[in-house]
Amino acid sequence: MKRYSMFAVAREAMRYHAGWERAWRSPEPKKRYKVIVVGAGGHGLATAYYLGKVHGITDVAVIEKGWLGGGNTGRNTTIIRSNYLQDPSAAIYEKARSLYEGLSQDLNYNVMFSPRGLLMLGQTEHEVRGYQRTVHANRLQGIATEWIGPERVKELVPILNIDGPRYPVLGALYQARGGTARHDAVAWGYARACSNMGMDIIQQCEVTGISQNAGKVTGITTSKGEIGCENLAIVVAGHSSVMAEMGGFRLPIESVALQAWVSEPIKPCMDVVVMANTVHGYMSQSDKGEMVIGGGTDGFNNYTQRGSWHHVEETTRALVETFPIISRLKMLRQWGGIVDMTGDRSPILSKTPVEGIFVNCGWGTGGFKAIPGSGFAMAELIARGHSPLAAEFNLDRFKEGRFIDESVAAGVAH
Amino acid sequence: MLTLTCPCCGVTAEETEFAPGGEAHPKRFGPDSSDADFEGYLFARANPKGVHFERWRHAYGCGKWFLAARCTATLEVFGTYPAQTTAPPADVIKKIKTKRPEWEGYK
Repeated sequence: MKRYSMFAVAREAMRYHAGWERAWRSPEPKKRYKVIVVGAGGHGLATAYYLGKVHGITDVAVIEKGWLGGGNTGRNTTIIRSNYLQDPSAAIYEKARSLYEGLSQDLNYNVMFSPRGLLMLGQTEHEVRGYQRTVHANRLQGIATEWIGPERVKELVPILNIDGPRYPVLGALYQARGGTARHDAVAWGYARACSNMGMDIIQQCEVTGISQNAGKVTGITTSKGEIGCENLAIVVAGHSSVMAEMGGFRLPIESVALQAWVSEPIKPCMDVVVMANTVHGYMSQSDKGEMVIGGGTDGFNNYTQRGSWHHVEETTRALVETFPIISRLKMLRQWGGIVDMTGDRSPILSKTPVEGIFVNCGWGTGGFKAIPGSGFAMAELIARGHSPLAAEFNLDRFKEGRFIDESVAAGVAH
Repeated sequence: MLTLTCPCCGVTAEETEFAPGGEAHPKRFGPDSSDADFEGYLFARANPKGVHFERWRHAYGCGKWFLAARCTATLEVFGTYPAQTTAPPADVIKKIKTKRPEWEGYK
Protein backbone atom coordinates (compact mmCIF):
# COMPACT_ATOMS: atom_id res chain seq x y z
CA MET A 1 0.00 0.00 0.00
CA LYS A 2 1.29 3.41 -0.91
CA ARG A 3 1.05 5.88 1.92
CA TYR A 4 -1.05 9.00 1.51
CA SER A 5 0.99 12.14 2.11
CA MET A 6 1.60 15.61 0.80
CA PHE A 7 4.40 14.16 -1.33
CA ALA A 8 2.03 11.56 -2.78
CA VAL A 9 -0.40 14.32 -3.77
CA ALA A 10 2.45 16.29 -5.37
CA ARG A 11 3.80 13.19 -7.15
CA GLU A 12 0.38 12.27 -8.54
CA ALA A 13 -0.28 15.86 -9.58
CA MET A 14 2.79 15.60 -11.82
CA ARG A 15 1.51 12.48 -13.61
CA TYR A 16 -2.19 13.07 -14.11
CA HIS A 17 -3.15 11.14 -10.95
CA ALA A 18 -2.52 7.85 -12.72
CA GLY A 19 -0.74 6.22 -9.81
CA TRP A 20 -3.45 6.02 -7.15
CA GLU A 21 -4.22 2.47 -6.06
CA ARG A 22 -7.55 1.05 -5.02
CA ALA A 23 -7.89 1.60 -1.28
CA TRP A 24 -8.74 -2.05 -0.59
CA ARG A 25 -8.73 -5.34 -2.47
CA SER A 26 -11.95 -7.22 -3.28
CA PRO A 27 -10.86 -10.87 -3.26
CA GLU A 28 -12.89 -14.05 -3.50
CA PRO A 29 -13.32 -15.76 -0.13
CA LYS A 30 -10.81 -18.39 0.97
CA LYS A 31 -11.96 -21.78 2.32
CA ARG A 32 -11.24 -20.92 5.90
CA TYR A 33 -10.29 -18.07 8.21
CA LYS A 34 -9.32 -17.83 11.84
CA VAL A 35 -11.87 -15.08 12.41
CA ILE A 36 -14.83 -14.07 10.28
CA VAL A 37 -16.43 -10.73 11.02
CA VAL A 38 -19.94 -10.39 9.58
CA GLY A 39 -20.71 -6.78 8.75
CA ALA A 40 -18.33 -4.35 7.04
CA GLY A 41 -19.59 -1.27 8.78
CA GLY A 42 -17.50 0.83 11.12
CA HIS A 43 -17.78 -1.55 14.08
CA GLY A 44 -16.99 -4.68 12.03
CA LEU A 45 -14.03 -3.14 10.26
CA ALA A 46 -12.69 -1.63 13.48
CA THR A 47 -12.96 -5.05 15.13
CA ALA A 48 -10.90 -6.57 12.30
CA TYR A 49 -8.41 -3.71 12.37
CA TYR A 50 -7.64 -3.99 16.09
CA LEU A 51 -7.52 -7.80 15.84
CA GLY A 52 -4.63 -7.30 13.44
CA LYS A 53 -3.01 -4.26 14.94
CA VAL A 54 -3.15 -5.10 18.64
CA HIS A 55 -3.40 -8.89 18.66
CA GLY A 56 -1.54 -9.87 15.48
CA ILE A 57 -4.47 -11.88 14.10
CA THR A 58 -4.62 -11.14 10.38
CA ASP A 59 -6.24 -14.33 9.07
CA VAL A 60 -9.53 -12.45 9.05
CA ALA A 61 -12.38 -11.98 6.59
CA VAL A 62 -14.96 -9.23 6.82
CA ILE A 63 -18.18 -10.32 5.10
CA GLU A 64 -20.68 -7.74 3.91
CA LYS A 65 -24.12 -8.34 2.41
CA GLY A 66 -24.31 -4.97 0.67
CA TRP A 67 -21.51 -2.51 0.24
CA LEU A 68 -18.88 -1.40 2.72
CA GLY A 69 -20.13 1.26 5.11
CA GLY A 70 -23.58 1.25 3.47
CA GLY A 71 -25.58 0.58 6.61
CA ASN A 72 -25.74 2.76 9.68
CA THR A 73 -22.10 3.85 9.24
CA GLY A 74 -23.17 5.84 6.22
CA ARG A 75 -26.52 6.91 7.66
CA ASN A 76 -25.78 8.57 10.99
CA THR A 77 -25.30 12.21 11.95
CA THR A 78 -21.56 11.69 12.70
CA ILE A 79 -21.66 12.99 16.26
CA ILE A 80 -18.86 11.98 18.63
CA ARG A 81 -19.15 12.46 22.38
CA SER A 82 -18.50 10.55 25.59
CA ASN A 83 -20.59 12.42 28.17
CA TYR A 84 -22.41 9.34 29.48
CA LEU A 85 -23.67 8.84 32.99
CA GLN A 86 -22.71 5.26 33.82
CA ASP A 87 -19.06 4.28 34.33
CA PRO A 88 -18.89 1.39 31.83
CA SER A 89 -20.44 3.57 29.09
CA ALA A 90 -18.18 6.50 29.84
CA ALA A 91 -15.14 4.20 29.70
CA ILE A 92 -15.87 2.69 26.29
CA TYR A 93 -17.16 5.90 24.66
CA GLU A 94 -14.21 7.88 26.02
CA LYS A 95 -11.84 5.22 24.69
CA ALA A 96 -13.52 5.66 21.30
CA ARG A 97 -13.33 9.44 21.45
CA SER A 98 -9.65 9.39 22.38
CA LEU A 99 -8.89 6.93 19.56
CA TYR A 100 -10.73 9.23 17.14
CA GLU A 101 -8.27 12.00 18.06
CA GLY A 102 -5.37 10.08 16.55
CA LEU A 103 -7.29 7.98 14.03
CA SER A 104 -6.28 9.89 10.88
CA GLN A 105 -2.59 9.43 11.72
CA ASP A 106 -3.11 5.84 12.86
CA LEU A 107 -4.89 4.82 9.65
CA ASN A 108 -3.00 7.19 7.32
CA TYR A 109 -6.47 8.23 6.16
CA ASN A 110 -8.09 11.56 6.86
CA VAL A 111 -11.26 10.84 8.83
CA MET A 112 -11.77 14.60 9.27
CA PHE A 113 -12.28 14.35 13.03
CA SER A 114 -13.44 17.77 14.10
CA PRO A 115 -13.52 18.24 17.90
CA ARG A 116 -15.65 21.31 17.57
CA GLY A 117 -17.49 20.97 20.86
CA LEU A 118 -20.91 19.63 21.68
CA LEU A 119 -23.80 21.07 23.65
CA MET A 120 -26.71 19.20 25.15
CA LEU A 121 -29.29 21.83 25.98
CA GLY A 122 -31.09 21.83 29.30
CA GLN A 123 -34.60 23.06 28.55
CA THR A 124 -36.52 21.90 31.61
CA GLU A 125 -35.61 21.90 35.31
CA HIS A 126 -35.48 18.11 35.23
CA GLU A 127 -33.11 18.10 32.32
CA VAL A 128 -30.88 20.67 33.99
CA ARG A 129 -30.62 18.51 37.10
CA GLY A 130 -30.03 15.40 35.00
CA TYR A 131 -27.19 16.98 33.04
CA GLN A 132 -25.60 18.50 36.11
CA ARG A 133 -25.57 15.01 37.56
CA THR A 134 -23.88 13.77 34.38
CA VAL A 135 -21.26 16.53 34.65
CA HIS A 136 -20.47 15.42 38.21
CA ALA A 137 -20.29 11.79 37.09
CA ASN A 138 -18.03 12.74 34.18
CA ARG A 139 -15.71 14.61 36.54
CA LEU A 140 -15.30 11.44 38.62
CA GLN A 141 -14.73 9.44 35.41
CA GLY A 142 -12.04 11.86 34.25
CA ILE A 143 -14.03 13.09 31.26
CA ALA A 144 -13.89 16.81 30.55
CA THR A 145 -17.43 18.17 30.50
CA GLU A 146 -18.89 21.24 32.15
CA TRP A 147 -22.25 22.82 32.87
CA ILE A 148 -22.56 26.26 31.26
CA GLY A 149 -25.20 28.94 31.64
CA PRO A 150 -27.50 30.35 28.93
CA GLU A 151 -25.26 33.39 28.23
CA ARG A 152 -22.32 31.14 27.40
CA VAL A 153 -24.60 28.98 25.27
CA LYS A 154 -25.71 32.05 23.30
CA GLU A 155 -22.06 33.04 22.88
CA LEU A 156 -21.19 29.62 21.47
CA VAL A 157 -24.30 29.38 19.28
CA PRO A 158 -25.47 32.85 18.24
CA ILE A 159 -28.21 31.41 16.00
CA LEU A 160 -29.87 29.68 18.95
CA ASN A 161 -33.09 31.11 20.33
CA ILE A 162 -32.51 30.82 24.07
CA ASP A 163 -35.76 32.56 25.03
CA GLY A 164 -38.11 30.05 23.44
CA PRO A 165 -41.56 30.52 24.94
CA ARG A 166 -42.19 26.87 25.67
CA TYR A 167 -38.68 25.55 26.32
CA PRO A 168 -36.20 28.34 27.11
CA VAL A 169 -32.55 27.30 27.22
CA LEU A 170 -31.58 27.13 30.88
CA GLY A 171 -27.99 26.03 30.24
CA ALA A 172 -26.15 23.19 28.60
CA LEU A 173 -23.89 20.24 29.18
CA TYR A 174 -20.78 21.17 27.22
CA GLN A 175 -18.18 18.70 26.03
CA ALA A 176 -15.54 20.82 24.32
CA ARG A 177 -13.70 17.80 22.94
CA GLY A 178 -16.75 16.21 21.36
CA GLY A 179 -17.53 16.85 17.72
CA THR A 180 -17.97 15.11 14.40
CA ALA A 181 -16.00 13.06 11.88
CA ARG A 182 -16.47 12.06 8.26
CA HIS A 183 -18.47 8.85 8.65
CA ASP A 184 -17.63 7.25 5.29
CA ALA A 185 -13.96 7.98 5.75
CA VAL A 186 -13.95 6.09 9.04
CA ALA A 187 -15.19 2.95 7.26
CA TRP A 188 -12.94 3.49 4.23
CA GLY A 189 -9.88 4.17 6.39
CA TYR A 190 -10.36 1.04 8.47
CA ALA A 191 -11.05 -1.00 5.32
CA ARG A 192 -7.86 0.20 3.67
CA ALA A 193 -5.81 -0.56 6.76
CA CYS A 194 -7.39 -4.03 7.13
CA SER A 195 -6.80 -4.87 3.50
CA ASN A 196 -3.21 -3.72 3.88
CA MET A 197 -2.71 -6.20 6.73
CA GLY A 198 -3.80 -9.00 4.38
CA MET A 199 -7.39 -9.31 5.56
CA ASP A 200 -10.10 -10.07 2.99
CA ILE A 201 -13.04 -7.71 2.71
CA ILE A 202 -15.78 -9.51 0.82
CA GLN A 203 -18.71 -7.35 -0.27
CA GLN A 204 -21.96 -8.41 -1.94
CA CYS A 205 -21.83 -11.63 0.05
CA GLU A 206 -24.85 -12.43 2.20
CA VAL A 207 -24.66 -14.85 5.11
CA THR A 208 -27.52 -17.36 4.91
CA GLY A 209 -26.60 -19.82 7.66
CA ILE A 210 -24.25 -20.61 10.52
CA SER A 211 -22.78 -24.13 10.82
CA GLN A 212 -22.15 -25.61 14.24
CA ASN A 213 -20.75 -28.83 15.61
CA ALA A 214 -21.30 -29.84 19.24
CA GLY A 215 -22.20 -26.32 20.31
CA LYS A 216 -19.22 -24.76 18.57
CA VAL A 217 -19.23 -22.66 15.41
CA THR A 218 -17.51 -24.22 12.40
CA GLY A 219 -18.32 -21.83 9.60
CA ILE A 220 -20.93 -19.91 7.67
CA THR A 221 -22.93 -20.43 4.51
CA THR A 222 -22.97 -17.43 2.21
CA SER A 223 -24.11 -16.45 -1.26
CA LYS A 224 -20.48 -17.08 -2.27
CA GLY A 225 -20.35 -20.57 -0.75
CA GLU A 226 -19.28 -22.13 2.52
CA ILE A 227 -16.53 -20.48 4.54
CA GLY A 228 -15.00 -22.12 7.60
CA CYS A 229 -13.88 -20.27 10.71
CA GLU A 230 -12.70 -20.70 14.30
CA ASN A 231 -14.41 -17.57 15.59
CA LEU A 232 -17.35 -15.66 14.25
CA ALA A 233 -18.06 -12.05 15.16
CA ILE A 234 -21.59 -10.85 14.43
CA VAL A 235 -21.42 -7.08 14.03
CA VAL A 236 -24.52 -6.32 11.99
CA ALA A 237 -26.47 -3.72 13.99
CA GLY A 238 -30.12 -3.79 12.86
CA HIS A 239 -29.92 -7.35 11.55
CA SER A 240 -28.44 -8.84 14.73
CA SER A 241 -31.63 -10.73 15.58
CA VAL A 242 -31.71 -12.27 12.10
CA MET A 243 -28.13 -13.52 12.50
CA ALA A 244 -28.82 -14.72 16.05
CA GLU A 245 -31.76 -16.73 14.74
CA MET A 246 -29.35 -18.47 12.34
CA GLY A 247 -27.15 -19.24 15.33
CA GLY A 248 -30.12 -20.60 17.27
CA PHE A 249 -30.36 -18.03 20.03
CA ARG A 250 -32.35 -14.88 20.74
CA LEU A 251 -31.12 -11.42 21.65
CA PRO A 252 -32.78 -8.75 23.80
CA ILE A 253 -32.92 -6.50 20.74
CA GLU A 254 -35.62 -4.79 18.73
CA SER A 255 -34.89 -3.17 15.37
CA VAL A 256 -36.44 0.18 14.62
CA ALA A 257 -35.93 2.93 12.05
CA LEU A 258 -34.03 6.11 12.85
CA GLN A 259 -33.93 8.95 10.35
CA ALA A 260 -31.67 11.86 9.52
CA TRP A 261 -31.88 14.61 6.95
CA VAL A 262 -29.80 17.51 5.65
CA SER A 263 -30.62 20.97 4.39
CA GLU A 264 -29.25 22.79 1.39
CA PRO A 265 -25.73 24.09 2.09
CA ILE A 266 -25.44 27.54 3.63
CA LYS A 267 -22.56 29.69 4.86
CA PRO A 268 -20.95 28.67 8.16
CA CYS A 269 -23.31 29.63 10.97
CA MET A 270 -22.82 27.06 13.73
CA ASP A 271 -19.46 25.59 14.69
CA VAL A 272 -20.62 23.29 17.49
CA VAL A 273 -22.98 20.32 17.66
CA VAL A 274 -26.25 21.10 19.43
CA MET A 275 -28.56 18.45 20.86
CA ALA A 276 -31.97 19.49 22.14
CA ASN A 277 -33.34 16.35 23.69
CA THR A 278 -36.49 17.74 25.26
CA VAL A 279 -37.82 18.88 21.90
CA HIS A 280 -36.44 15.82 20.09
CA GLY A 281 -33.84 17.11 17.70
CA TYR A 282 -30.16 17.67 17.13
CA MET A 283 -28.23 19.60 14.54
CA SER A 284 -24.72 20.32 13.35
CA GLN A 285 -23.27 21.92 10.22
CA SER A 286 -21.25 19.76 7.87
CA ASP A 287 -18.07 20.97 6.20
CA LYS A 288 -20.09 21.39 3.02
CA GLY A 289 -22.45 23.75 4.84
CA GLU A 290 -25.48 21.50 5.10
CA MET A 291 -27.35 21.50 8.37
CA VAL A 292 -27.35 17.85 9.48
CA ILE A 293 -30.47 16.98 11.48
CA GLY A 294 -31.55 13.97 13.46
CA GLY A 295 -34.50 13.15 15.65
CA GLY A 296 -36.22 10.28 17.40
CA THR A 297 -36.83 6.69 16.38
CA ASP A 298 -40.05 5.03 15.34
CA GLY A 299 -41.67 2.93 18.03
CA PHE A 300 -42.37 -0.23 16.07
CA ASN A 301 -40.18 -3.00 14.65
CA ASN A 302 -39.03 -2.07 11.19
CA TYR A 303 -36.40 -3.27 8.71
CA THR A 304 -37.28 -0.97 5.81
CA GLN A 305 -34.51 1.66 6.23
CA ARG A 306 -37.07 4.40 5.91
CA GLY A 307 -38.89 5.99 8.77
CA SER A 308 -42.22 7.59 9.42
CA TRP A 309 -42.90 11.01 7.99
CA HIS A 310 -44.28 12.49 11.19
CA HIS A 311 -40.87 12.23 12.88
CA VAL A 312 -39.35 14.44 10.19
CA GLU A 313 -42.14 16.91 10.71
CA GLU A 314 -41.94 16.91 14.53
CA THR A 315 -38.16 17.26 14.66
CA THR A 316 -37.98 19.96 12.02
CA ARG A 317 -40.73 21.86 13.79
CA ALA A 318 -38.88 21.63 17.10
CA LEU A 319 -35.62 22.78 15.54
CA VAL A 320 -37.26 25.72 13.79
CA GLU A 321 -38.42 26.88 17.24
CA THR A 322 -34.91 26.40 18.58
CA PHE A 323 -33.07 27.85 15.56
CA PRO A 324 -35.42 30.36 13.86
CA ILE A 325 -32.76 31.01 11.17
CA ILE A 326 -33.45 27.62 9.55
CA SER A 327 -37.16 28.21 8.98
CA ARG A 328 -36.74 29.02 5.25
CA LEU A 329 -34.17 26.30 4.53
CA LYS A 330 -34.99 23.61 2.00
CA MET A 331 -34.27 20.07 3.03
CA LEU A 332 -32.19 18.21 0.45
CA ARG A 333 -32.11 14.57 1.46
CA GLN A 334 -33.67 12.29 4.05
CA TRP A 335 -32.77 8.72 4.84
CA GLY A 336 -33.27 6.03 7.46
CA GLY A 337 -31.22 3.32 9.11
CA ILE A 338 -32.22 0.30 11.17
CA VAL A 339 -30.96 0.59 14.72
CA ASP A 340 -30.75 -2.24 17.24
CA MET A 341 -32.27 -1.18 20.54
CA THR A 342 -31.68 -2.96 23.84
CA GLY A 343 -33.87 -2.47 26.89
CA ASP A 344 -31.27 -0.49 28.81
CA ARG A 345 -30.08 1.41 25.69
CA SER A 346 -26.56 0.09 26.18
CA PRO A 347 -24.66 -2.11 23.73
CA ILE A 348 -23.93 -5.81 23.92
CA LEU A 349 -20.34 -7.00 23.45
CA SER A 350 -20.42 -10.58 24.46
CA LYS A 351 -19.82 -14.26 24.01
CA THR A 352 -23.00 -16.14 23.08
CA PRO A 353 -24.54 -19.54 23.92
CA VAL A 354 -22.61 -20.90 20.90
CA GLU A 355 -18.88 -21.32 21.50
CA GLY A 356 -16.82 -19.21 19.12
CA ILE A 357 -19.63 -16.81 18.25
CA PHE A 358 -19.33 -13.28 19.57
CA VAL A 359 -21.84 -10.46 19.17
CA ASN A 360 -21.26 -6.74 19.06
CA CYS A 361 -24.64 -5.04 18.77
CA GLY A 362 -27.22 -3.00 20.58
CA TRP A 363 -25.51 0.34 19.91
CA GLY A 364 -28.95 1.62 19.07
CA THR A 365 -29.06 5.22 18.00
CA GLY A 366 -25.51 6.08 19.06
CA GLY A 367 -23.07 3.70 17.46
CA PHE A 368 -20.94 5.91 15.23
CA LYS A 369 -19.25 7.71 18.11
CA ALA A 370 -18.22 4.37 19.59
CA ILE A 371 -16.65 2.75 16.53
CA PRO A 372 -12.95 2.76 17.53
CA GLY A 373 -13.62 1.85 21.16
CA SER A 374 -16.12 -0.83 20.20
CA GLY A 375 -13.69 -2.38 17.72
CA PHE A 376 -10.85 -2.20 20.23
CA ALA A 377 -12.85 -3.94 22.97
CA MET A 378 -14.40 -6.50 20.61
CA ALA A 379 -11.00 -7.48 19.19
CA GLU A 380 -9.69 -7.97 22.72
CA LEU A 381 -12.74 -10.06 23.62
CA ILE A 382 -12.23 -12.33 20.59
CA ALA A 383 -8.45 -12.62 20.90
CA ARG A 384 -8.18 -13.04 24.68
CA GLY A 385 -11.65 -14.15 25.71
CA HIS A 386 -11.97 -11.19 28.03
CA SER A 387 -11.93 -7.43 27.67
CA PRO A 388 -12.11 -5.00 30.61
CA LEU A 389 -13.90 -2.43 28.45
CA ALA A 390 -16.50 -4.96 27.25
CA ALA A 391 -16.92 -6.92 30.49
CA GLU A 392 -19.97 -5.06 31.78
CA PHE A 393 -21.69 -5.21 28.39
CA ASN A 394 -22.11 -8.99 28.29
CA LEU A 395 -25.39 -10.75 27.60
CA ASP A 396 -25.65 -12.07 31.16
CA ARG A 397 -26.36 -8.62 32.48
CA PHE A 398 -30.03 -9.00 31.58
CA LYS A 399 -30.40 -12.26 33.49
CA GLU A 400 -28.49 -10.86 36.44
CA GLY A 401 -30.22 -7.49 36.46
CA ARG A 402 -27.00 -5.51 36.01
CA PHE A 403 -28.44 -3.02 33.55
CA ILE A 404 -26.34 -0.15 32.30
CA ASP A 405 -29.21 2.24 32.21
CA GLU A 406 -28.57 5.02 29.72
CA SER A 407 -32.13 5.51 28.52
CA VAL A 408 -32.74 8.24 31.04
CA ALA A 409 -29.28 9.74 30.85
CA ALA A 410 -29.31 10.09 27.09
CA GLY A 411 -32.91 11.07 26.46
CA VAL A 412 -33.77 10.76 22.81
CA ALA A 413 -30.91 12.01 20.80
CA HIS A 414 -28.07 9.67 21.29
CA MET B 1 -47.14 5.91 6.42
CA LEU B 2 -48.34 2.84 8.23
CA THR B 3 -52.13 2.49 8.26
CA LEU B 4 -53.90 0.27 10.77
CA THR B 5 -57.50 -0.73 11.39
CA CYS B 6 -58.62 -0.98 15.00
CA PRO B 7 -60.61 -4.22 15.41
CA CYS B 8 -62.35 -2.82 18.48
CA CYS B 9 -63.94 0.31 17.02
CA GLY B 10 -63.41 -0.36 13.32
CA VAL B 11 -61.61 2.91 12.60
CA THR B 12 -58.85 2.86 9.96
CA ALA B 13 -56.23 5.50 10.66
CA GLU B 14 -52.59 6.45 10.24
CA GLU B 15 -49.95 5.32 12.70
CA THR B 16 -49.91 8.67 14.53
CA GLU B 17 -53.27 7.70 16.04
CA PHE B 18 -51.86 4.44 17.46
CA ALA B 19 -49.15 3.59 19.98
CA PRO B 20 -46.96 0.52 19.39
CA GLY B 21 -46.69 -1.95 22.26
CA GLY B 22 -44.09 -4.53 21.28
CA GLU B 23 -44.23 -8.25 20.55
CA ALA B 24 -47.61 -9.99 20.89
CA HIS B 25 -48.38 -13.33 22.52
CA PRO B 26 -45.46 -13.40 24.97
CA LYS B 27 -45.32 -16.67 26.84
CA ARG B 28 -45.40 -15.62 30.45
CA PHE B 29 -43.14 -17.13 33.12
CA GLY B 30 -43.57 -16.39 36.79
CA PRO B 31 -41.60 -16.75 40.02
CA ASP B 32 -41.46 -20.57 39.84
CA SER B 33 -39.86 -20.67 36.40
CA SER B 34 -36.19 -21.13 35.60
CA ASP B 35 -33.90 -18.09 35.30
CA ALA B 36 -33.49 -18.68 31.56
CA ASP B 37 -37.26 -18.80 30.94
CA PHE B 38 -37.86 -15.71 33.03
CA GLU B 39 -35.06 -13.83 31.27
CA GLY B 40 -36.45 -14.89 27.91
CA TYR B 41 -39.93 -13.67 28.83
CA LEU B 42 -38.64 -10.32 30.08
CA PHE B 43 -35.99 -9.48 27.49
CA ALA B 44 -35.54 -11.80 24.49
CA ARG B 45 -37.56 -10.76 21.46
CA ALA B 46 -38.21 -12.49 18.15
CA ASN B 47 -37.55 -9.29 16.18
CA PRO B 48 -37.94 -11.06 12.81
CA LYS B 49 -37.34 -9.54 9.40
CA GLY B 50 -40.70 -10.49 7.95
CA VAL B 51 -43.94 -11.58 9.61
CA HIS B 52 -44.29 -10.09 13.08
CA PHE B 53 -47.13 -10.28 15.58
CA GLU B 54 -47.37 -7.20 17.73
CA ARG B 55 -49.45 -5.20 20.15
CA TRP B 56 -50.88 -1.78 19.42
CA ARG B 57 -53.12 0.58 21.31
CA HIS B 58 -55.63 2.87 19.67
CA ALA B 59 -54.26 5.67 21.83
CA TYR B 60 -55.94 8.62 20.14
CA GLY B 61 -59.16 6.75 19.44
CA CYS B 62 -61.11 4.20 21.43
CA GLY B 63 -58.09 3.57 23.69
CA LYS B 64 -58.29 -0.22 23.38
CA TRP B 65 -55.38 -2.62 22.97
CA PHE B 66 -55.38 -4.89 19.93
CA LEU B 67 -52.98 -7.14 18.03
CA ALA B 68 -51.65 -6.95 14.50
CA ALA B 69 -49.81 -9.19 12.05
CA ARG B 70 -47.43 -7.10 9.98
CA CYS B 71 -44.38 -7.58 7.76
CA THR B 72 -41.40 -5.66 9.19
CA ALA B 73 -39.61 -5.76 5.84
CA THR B 74 -42.40 -4.10 3.84
CA LEU B 75 -44.76 -2.65 6.50
CA GLU B 76 -47.64 -4.62 4.91
CA VAL B 77 -50.37 -5.29 7.48
CA PHE B 78 -51.91 -8.76 7.15
CA GLY B 79 -54.64 -8.19 9.66
CA THR B 80 -55.57 -6.92 13.11
CA TYR B 81 -57.47 -8.80 15.79
CA PRO B 82 -58.66 -8.30 19.38
CA ALA B 83 -56.16 -8.52 22.25
CA GLN B 84 -58.23 -11.23 23.99
CA THR B 85 -56.53 -14.06 22.09
CA THR B 86 -53.57 -16.24 22.98
CA ALA B 87 -52.58 -17.09 19.40
CA PRO B 88 -53.15 -15.51 15.97
CA PRO B 89 -56.59 -16.43 14.53
CA ALA B 90 -56.82 -18.89 11.64
CA ASP B 91 -57.99 -16.36 9.05
CA VAL B 92 -54.95 -14.12 9.71
CA ILE B 93 -52.59 -17.11 9.48
CA LYS B 94 -54.22 -18.14 6.21
CA LYS B 95 -53.87 -14.68 4.77
CA ILE B 96 -50.19 -14.54 5.70
CA LYS B 97 -49.54 -17.95 4.14
CA THR B 98 -51.17 -16.83 0.89
CA LYS B 99 -49.04 -13.73 0.71
CA ARG B 100 -45.82 -15.21 2.15
CA PRO B 101 -45.65 -18.89 1.03
CA GLU B 102 -42.08 -19.17 2.39
CA TRP B 103 -43.17 -18.14 5.91
CA GLU B 104 -42.39 -20.83 8.48
CA GLY B 105 -45.61 -20.37 10.41
CA TYR B 106 -46.46 -19.10 13.86
CA LYS B 107 -44.10 -20.45 16.51
